[in-house]
Amino acid sequence: MAVEVKATPTTEVETEQLLTGCEAIAEAIRLADVDVMAAYPIRPYDGVMQAAAKLIANGKMDVEYIVADGEHSQFEIVKHASAVGSRVFVGSSGVGWFYAFEAIAVTAGLRLPVVAICGNRALDDPGAFGTEHNDSLAVRDLGWLLPWAETAQESMDLALMAWRVAEDKRVSLPIAIGLDGAFLTHSQQPVKVPTKAAVDAFLPKYDLGDRLLHPDNPITIAPQVDQDWLMEIRRQNDAAMRKALTVITEAHADFKRIFGRGGDSPFLDEYMTDDAEVVFFGQGTLALPMKVAIRRLRAQGHKVGLVRLKWFRPFPTQEIVKSLTRFKAVGVIDRDYSFGSPFYGGVLYNEVRSALYSQTKRPTVVGFIAGLGGREIEQPMANEIFEKTMAAGRGDLSVGDQCHWIGVRD
Amino acid sequence: MTTTQAPVAPAQQNTSTDITVEVVYRGIFQKTLAQRICRGVVLAARKSGHPGTAFARYGDSPERNGVPAKQFAVVAADDTQLEASMARYEPSVVDVTVAVDDTLVKGVESWAWYGRQPIWKPTKADGFVIVTSDKSPDEVLAQTDKAERPYTLAIVPGGASFAGLWVYKDDHTDWRVLGAIAKVAPEWLPLQQVKALVREQTKDETAVASVQFGHDATVFRPVAVGEGTSGHEVLQFEKPGWTTMRPGIVVDARKPGERNPFYKKYGARTQRPVVNFDTCIKCTMCWLDCPDECFEVTPTGHYEVVYEACIGCGICAQVCPVKDCIVMVDELKFDENQDKWQLWQKDRAAYNAWFEQKSGVSAEPKSKAAAAATGGDD
Ligand code: SF4
Ligand code: SF4
Repeated sequence: MAVEVKATPTTEVETEQLLTGCEAIAEAIRLADVDVMAAYPIRPYDGVMQAAAKLIANGKMDVEYIVADGEHSQFEIVKHASAVGSRVFVGSSGVGWFYAFEAIAVTAGLRLPVVAICGNRALDDPGAFGTEHNDSLAVRDLGWLLPWAETAQESMDLALMAWRVAEDKRVSLPIAIGLDGAFLTHSQQPVKVPTKAAVDAFLPKYDLGDRLLHPDNPITIAPQVDQDWLMEIRRQNDAAMRKALTVITEAHADFKRIFGRGGDSPFLDEYMTDDAEVVFFGQGTLALPMKVAIRRLRAQGHKVGLVRLKWFRPFPTQEIVKSLTRFKAVGVIDRDYSFGSPFYGGVLYNEVRSALYSQTKRPTVVGFIAGLGGREIEQPMANEIFEKTMAAGRGDLSVGDQCHWIGVRD
Repeated sequence: MTTTQAPVAPAQQNTSTDITVEVVYRGIFQKTLAQRICRGVVLAARKSGHPGTAFARYGDSPERNGVPAKQFAVVAADDTQLEASMARYEPSVVDVTVAVDDTLVKGVESWAWYGRQPIWKPTKADGFVIVTSDKSPDEVLAQTDKAERPYTLAIVPGGASFAGLWVYKDDHTDWRVLGAIAKVAPEWLPLQQVKALVREQTKDETAVASVQFGHDATVFRPVAVGEGTSGHEVLQFEKPGWTTMRPGIVVDARKPGERNPFYKKYGARTQRPVVNFDTCIKCTMCWLDCPDECFEVTPTGHYEVVYEACIGCGICAQVCPVKDCIVMVDELKFDENQDKWQLWQKDRAAYNAWFEQKSGVSAEPKSKAAAAATGGDD
């Protein structure tokens, strides 16, 4: 460790600071007493690298900061550090995330509670650094928990939640927080930074128990097992993912008690849905322009609301069913694509439809592909999404059961 | 009882279903051999219009030197019967087991959680266990696990063929074994078809003659329930369920100084090293170079082999600078795994007699220098 950390008194009172999503994450790394973080630059995730490096240079944070020679090593480093008992942080974006894919896949299989951010970015080629969720979503089937943040505040809050949930022995799975590139990673917003004491009350020490890789505890991790053990291993991961719903709910309740934030539901953020006939459904920062649209549409007398998904994995099926069956139509907005998928819809669209399939009373689900590569979602686009969702709600099947590209030039 | 008559328990096989042949072999060294036998079975059966498939046990790959591995040939009456046997790693029941190294009859330990399995484990009642060996059926049976079902032991004359993986030095073991299979399952592999196939493939009448020889020279020894040895160690491993196994793909590792209690590896051995402690000059080479750290240092400063861990690779015998101090000996000459230094310490004459009997070389020191080097400190 090159940097000598002076005994800096931690902030004893909660402060409000103007921070980008990346800076808010760096504050969370400090507050959570992360032991090891591995870094390799790629935009927009690298905002965290810079913010964390600055905290270290200013003597505010002590973390083993390892700059790797590429994303694959970067994710391998934290995987191993986690196995020997370190609380870890890592992150990447777009194709950098993909370069780490082997390490990403095995981290979930090994049940190591690595906490990452994926600064969501369009996959190359072509070069485009704006947000698209396909990077995070590529790991959706592998055992990573995937929350998405809307604001800088939520970025920090989800990060603090993430260590607690990931390191809980009932879960012991990695988490990748989705942070929309530019809109969240690089935009400053006021953030309430809690005290270290409050964070300590919320976040227990990392304890791997008898899985700790240490000379005093001789274990072998991941021997070759072939078909003889593999299904049991997968079934364990499945059980852990199921358990994560309970653990997130508990952590969310504690978080609210200690920090006074977090909303009613750990999984869904409902906006003006009480009397809504149709709702928009999506995740990440697209909630911001959609909320503005809702306020304007409501001023014109339309009963419309928004349901924002906070955790894509584990998919909160029961909560989603309970929420969405109240409406006539749901317009699912995907900031991702899944070429050739059912109805040529986005990933979220098909997951939502699948969750609702067995319901006798279910809303029409309309899909929208919007805001790819970070294209801004402007108000006319929001209106178009609204019109089509309303039409579907009225039973117009020429728009229902379909996916529409929004804001794309013909 | 040895007989060259037809088997007492004529096969229950009938051409209305199928026949499965497994070839148990030494990983890497005999892979090509096993493949040639299995392919030969399928191709010969094809000549009688029977469809078939040959495959290697997928879990054996990557193969490890000498570690028991398996390949299979399935021949069926029709496509439906054949397809019912496909998309498998390993048939649970076979009609014929072939072991192409007679030391394999001491048990098949391929992976820790397979345990150490008797050679006849998948062989069906009244099936056949064909072994290539220079020994008599009774000598082979004496080292085979006690039978739980009746079967017929068939000995094809010939030693273990380590014909090679990349460069296959054919010593006709493949043709002899095919001849033996034709003898135990004529309804599936008529001898004439096998010979026709080999003639076609090799254009070599000596190969065809080897098929005939394998067929004619194979001797049968009907084995009744209870015949065989109960002297081999039982190694069984309980595969955990998802609720009982440790999360994170974690298993206990060996503690320092401990040897793996689940996977012992000695089943990989075709020969074992025996040590002449009287001529040993305590140079440490065997101890240093053994790839499996099998040597323990004794209180006298000698090095003794832990036979439970030894894979029989022969490196110690190669690096030992003293002539005939470590000698590699046919594994079938042993029916126990006891470490030997204690015996030497207690009764040198008895130990040296044992050493000479097993190794066939003199236990006498070869030179004064070597003798001097061992004297005085024990
Ligand atoms: S043969 Fe010798 S070198 Fe090889 S494993 Fe056995 S003791 Fe070790
Ligand atoms: S290599 Fe031979 S001489 Fe050297 S210690 Fe081993 S047994 Fe003795």
